[in-house]
Amino acid sequence: MPFLEAVRLAFQQIRVQKLKSFFTLLGVMIGVMFLIAVVSIVEGMSRYVEDDFAGALLGVNTFTLRRGADARFGNVSTEQWRELQRRPRLYRSDIDQVRSALPQGVTSAIENMTFAYAVSNFGRPKQVQAVSTENSYFAMKKYKLTSGRPFSPQEVTLASKVLVVGSEVATHFFPGLDPLGRELRMGGSPYTIIGVIEPQGSVFGFSLDRLAIAPYTSPLARVTNPLGDVRAFLVQTPNAVLLNEAMEEARSIMRGVRHLSPSQPDNFALETSASALSFLADLKGKLIAFGTALPAIGLIVGAIVIMNIMLVAVAERTREIGIRKALGARRRDIMRQFLVESASLSVLGAALGIALGMGMAKLVAALTPLPAGVALWSIPAAVLLGAGVGIVAGLYPASRAARLDPIAALRQE
Amino acid sequence: MSEIPVGHPTVNTTDEHPISHTAEREVVVQAPGVTPGKDWVIVTRGLKREYDMGGEVVRALRGVDLAVRRNEYVAIMGPSGSGKSTLMNLIGCLDTPTAGEYWLNGMLVSTMSDDELARVRNKEIGFVFQTFNLLPRATALHNVELPLVYAGVSGDERKRRAKHALAQVQLDDRMHHRPNELSGGQRQRVAIARALVNNPSILLADEPTGNLDSQTSEEIMRVFESLADSGQTVIMVTHEPDIAAHARRVVVLRDGVIASDDRRSTFKQSMGIS
Repeated sequence: MPFLEAVRLAFQQIRVQKLKSFFTLLGVMIGVMFLIAVVSIVEGMSRYVEDDFAGALLGVNTFTLRRGADARFGNVSTEQWRELQRRPRLYRSDIDQVRSALPQGVTSAIENMTFAYAVSNFGRPKQVQAVSTENSYFAMKKYKLTSGRPFSPQEVTLASKVLVVGSEVATHFFPGLDPLGRELRMGGSPYTIIGVIEPQGSVFGFSLDRLAIAPYTSPLARVTNPLGDVRAFLVQTPNAVLLNEAMEEARSIMRGVRHLSPSQPDNFALETSASALSFLADLKGKLIAFGTALPAIGLIVGAIVIMNIMLVAVAERTREIGIRKALGARRRDIMRQFLVESASLSVLGAALGIALGMGMAKLVAALTPLPAGVALWSIPAAVLLGAGVGIVAGLYPASRAARLDPIAALRQE
Repeated sequence: MSEIPVGHPTVNTTDEHPISHTAEREVVVQAPGVTPGKDWVIVTRGLKREYDMGGEVVRALRGVDLAVRRNEYVAIMGPSGSGKSTLMNLIGCLDTPTAGEYWLNGMLVSTMSDDELARVRNKEIGFVFQTFNLLPRATALHNVELPLVYAGVSGDERKRRAKHALAQVQLDDRMHHRPNELSGGQRQRVAIARALVNNPSILLADEPTGNLDSQTSEEIMRVFESLADSGQTVIMVTHEPDIAAHARRVVVLRDGVIASDDRRSTFKQSMGIS
């Protein structure tokens, strides 16, 4: 029997017994629904993290030279922790050497960052993200200013007490006022606001607009890095190829500065957005594994239900099988008919599950702060899964049907 | 009934056929393993079928030698338990014999596998059952198409041939009706159309009028007769003498062997019908 004929027959059978078929495929439907919803939410989260978090906070084609890995999550053993504590700090002299060795066309900036309280005459004290850096930082972060200007290299050299603030800082400390030229105090020193950055939005509820950026030479350095070191050195290259080249250059200079022998590991860290995200990929894998384990149980139950119903169908339709065999159906024809039928049921369940799962993901995205994005790969995967479940569930009933003796089957009332 | 000679082998001579039945049997039976001539559509040699019923062996057929020529119209009769259903299942390739040979249309069927038998059923045999055995949810047309589906005939060709077969039994105006919308006679005619659609070597009918009233039975018998006239080999299993009387040759089974094998004229004489 041709495949299409079997599919037509299967859908005819499903149509005739709508309610029974619906209950049969319910298990697969619910399983696939939760599967799609979980995968969509996890996928949405990770896409959000990759695009927004990585793009906004770490930047593309950018690496950071640090004393130790900053974005370190999960368990750190005592040995690892001690090794991190033993590492020498980064100093400006190190940075100068690295900078002089970087290839042409590469931009770089010292970036020191901490949370610090700021005070103005117009608003209550509030914690802001204090950044002390160089003038190239604005271009690297692609900050656009709604008013004013970024600070100049001369202001960095002269350690001017100037400040470029985020939009939230501007509105909080100077409500209804033009912040330009006004004074904001941080770490006991007054700073003049010379520019306001346009709103950046937020990542995971963490505002990117609570910024206050000053030259790294300014007194703010005593707030951001009181030990006189450099917290991070940001290097941005125009393309990915140059990124590796610049990283290797920085690594070799740093190893030279630190007098490391070839057998010793780096005692500094070079981080890219990819390495910072690797923990997220790990987390995503775990979320998908655990998040899909439960719906998978649903699918197994669904498979058992389908197998049961197919066994009943084979018993009910013994006579039909006998007629078909008498008219020339071979074992494989009968086998195919019942396999296609159970697979069709299951795929139909999967299709309904996909639709409902997508709806559920959208609902979750609308009602909770969790983002959701339907992963395109999950749709064919769910359909294949449905077909697989149906075929596995149908195997035993179909082979029973195929092995029926035509004479006995015809005799069945 | 007492006039019917009982025993095996049967000696029976008629004037209608130049070759006597005994002679026929000698030609085909005494050459095991030899392919019968083209003329013979069915040849069985020492066909035996035994069933194991909980340790007890039931010998349903004890050596049946039957030869049927192309275009014959044969009725197989016999009381219940005589083995006629078993013989019918064997002839219909639904079952395989315990011993003996069965040649259908020049093919040795008795040693074939399950799937090969399915192929033979599909191509060579058209079944007509007592209970019609139509698929209840399918239309008459689709029921008739079914053997063609398993023969791998494409959709359009299938429809065309199924319509033609339905037209042969004067049911072309009912082809989109389901079996439960048809009368008993119409259902059996659909079954006949289904049996004929693959141009089988034999039309095998199992009590074709068992579920029909006498008037409808006559109607079905007329269909069989016209098929036989047009050259179709027809084999009919029945226990009703007046139905068997329509056939041109009557084989009577008793206790798993052929008790008598009569041409029409002698059979009618023996039954007192004329």
